[in-house]
Amino acid sequence: MSDTPVLALRDVSRTFRISRGLMRGKATLRAVDSVSLQLRRGEVLALVGESGCGKTTLSRILLGLLPPSSGEVLIDGQPMKPADRKARARRIQPVFQDPYSSLNPRKTVAQIVAAPLQVHQVGDPAGRARVVAETLDLVGLPRRVADSYPGQMSGGQRQRVAIARALVMRPEVMICDEPTSALDVSVQSQILNLLLDLQKELGLTYLLISHNLAVVEHIANRVAVMYLGRIVEVAPTARLFAEARHPYTRALLESVLTPEPGLGVPDTHLGVAYPNPIDPPSGCAFHPRCPSVLPICSQVRPQTLRDALGRIECHLHGPAPTGAASAAPQEQPQEHS
Amino acid sequence: MSGGMSPGMGETPLLAVEDLRVDLPLEQGTLHAVRGLSFEVGRGETLCLVGESGCGKSLTSLAVMGLLPRRAKRSARRLSFDGQELLGLSERRMAALRGNRLAMIFQEPMTSLNPAYSIGDQLEEALLCHRRVGRRQARERAVHLLERVGITAAGRRLGQYPHQLSGGLRQRIMIAMALMCGPELIIADEPTTALDVTIQAQILHLLLELKREMGLALVLITHDLGVVARVADKVAVMYAGEIVESGSAVEIFGNPRHPYTRGLLSCVPVPGRTRPGEPLGSIPGIVPSLVGSLEECGFRERCALAQAACRRPVPLHRLEAGRAVRCVLADPAGAPA
Ligand SMILES: Nc1ncnc2c1ncn2[C@@H]1O[C@H](COP(=O)(O)OP(=O)(O)OP(=O)(O)O)[C@@H](O)[C@H]1O
Ligand SMILES: Nc1ncnc2c1ncn2[C@@H]1O[C@H](COP(=O)(O)OP(=O)(O)OP(=O)(O)O)[C@@H](O)[C@H]1O
Ligand SMILES: [Mg+2]
Ligand SMILES: [Mg+2]
Repeated sequence: MSDTPVLALRDVSRTFRISRGLMRGKATLRAVDSVSLQLRRGEVLALVGESGCGKTTLSRILLGLLPPSSGEVLIDGQPMKPADRKARARRIQPVFQDPYSSLNPRKTVAQIVAAPLQVHQVGDPAGRARVVAETLDLVGLPRRVADSYPGQMSGGQRQRVAIARALVMRPEVMICDEPTSALDVSVQSQILNLLLDLQKELGLTYLLISHNLAVVEHIANRVAVMYLGRIVEVAPTARLFAEARHPYTRALLESVLTPEPGLGVPDTHLGVAYPNPIDPPSGCAFHPRCPSVLPICSQVRPQTLRDALGRIECHLHGPAPTGAASAAPQEQPQEHS
Repeated sequence: MSGGMSPGMGETPLLAVEDLRVDLPLEQGTLHAVRGLSFEVGRGETLCLVGESGCGKSLTSLAVMGLLPRRAKRSARRLSFDGQELLGLSERRMAALRGNRLAMIFQEPMTSLNPAYSIGDQLEEALLCHRRVGRRQARERAVHLLERVGITAAGRRLGQYPHQLSGGLRQRIMIAMALMCGPELIIADEPTTALDVTIQAQILHLLLELKREMGLALVLITHDLGVVARVADKVAVMYAGEIVESGSAVEIFGNPRHPYTRGLLSCVPVPGRTRPGEPLGSIPGIVPSLVGSLEECGFRERCALAQAACRRPVPLHRLEAGRAVRCVLADPAGAPA
């Protein structure tokens, strides 16, 4: 049972029809492209990748806020049906980026935190009030703020309210989309410390979407790297940061700005051939920007290699068609992520 | 040469701010949100403003741009752009500067992009307002700049509306919009928070290039201490509406003097210095209310080193050139300077 991933995507895609401008008709944008991903019970899985690569779309699919165009969402190994929305909402809760706009300014903190309980008709008013008070304690908010409005609170307090609202249903999984990027670093550290405490105390599972790789390195157990709708690499955090395999992952890591003055802004060596999601490059979508590109990369989409080190989708690594990647040793497939 | 810290003798700084104050009348009294701020930015210079959420960074930038909410009261001894006093300038002449020689990138792309107009219309508007150019030229410049900020198929993006874009795309459109007229000074309020690190690095490269080539001056407001360390010529740390410490990036990161600055630096995970999964540093307590008068060190109640002298107003102690600290512990003479 505990080996069954609490949440999984099986070959999930999502497309959008978008207008190309007057008289030019519609085009299809593939925001998520055949993604399979598993969220293991109790882990912090980070999802990182270029802006616009489909992270939020993917999280909205997991939350049931957006139906996939194809593929399946599995919960405890069972396919989710649209009718299970309520059950899913109890077990999986979101924390959004912006604590300013995601809280209703006309509701008190107690009302905001109690709202999911009411929607799901959990308990009686007295019971709900008790759960709300406990949850405020859990996230470190003084009980007196229960009657305050969001406008009267600091950014960190508001984000705690947002986390309390997610926690009040006692979910198993929290999907956090940039939970701290709108916050200053002193509030960020409070929230990260809180998320880690809650994970230890309640055994929560997190999917953490973040552009802040120092944060990812600090709290994630595993990292999935997304590029133009596809998961191109998955690895345990320490390994990914020590020896990333995908050239895009390496570019990401090289672009991290540590707080060390004098080092300047590194050159990503990625050039400006940004991918166009409406008309993605052939073969490996990363090939026009890849510093290690091979002839095959523009022709054949690389297969996913799953091995003891994790998972990688790159011609430099893996089931090499006709000698393309003689440098990469082949490992036994063990990891089924 | 100016040595990077402040414009040389006799040279007029591009932006000079002296004793800037912003007051907001609230129900409970007057909020003194910005309390006597002074700084200068020379041509080609980058000043980073950092500090706790709510410490007055955005209001400072809005005050310079003449875009404060109507009920806010602005005063200063001096607020000049390229030698021209902005206080008392007519709205018509201010509007001629704004978006033209003096541009702003707002913290919230969604609140500053108009949902009813296409991206193209909004970009072109900036140029059509200030320059004698035709639609076609304006469109060409828009496409060119969208490409420079890493948006492919820029021509197609022009027909899209803000809600159809990811957070990072919107932010880059704001950046392109600020660059439309080739400004001399850009005030950028959290311009890269929604961007992934590779695009962030590329945008910072672009800004540094414009700085080198055209002498673009930047006031950069950001919570990302990595960005600050890597791009700032000088740093001003704000707390509760005041500058509590200023100096070069090397000084601020290498030898922080104010207890708040030190606290701030301890909050961020730094690979090698912080241990994954372990609690991060934090700054206990909350900011004091700035409603009514505050006649003591604003950080006193949160400071582990507070002493009796902190209950009186603390002056800014000037140490070496370009370095100042508002803390009794930094007093070089052991007595108020
Ligand atoms: N409702 C929509 N209609 C059309 N296109 C959409 C819609 N939602 C998302 N997209 C497109 O899908 C792609 C993925 O968007 P998504 O918001 O998932 O990216 P993201 O990885 O979360 O980016 P960011 O890091 O900037 O938040 C983008 O190209 C975006 O423009
Ligand atoms: N329109 C307004 N009405 C009332 N108070 C305001 C208004 N705008 C700002 N404030 C208050 O003024 C103070 C300074 O706000 P400001 O937006 O400048 O902070 P900031 O340093 O930019 O914070 P952040 O890092 O969160 O963006 C805050 O206490 C804020 O609540
Ligand atoms: Mg997103
Ligand atoms: Mg602000």
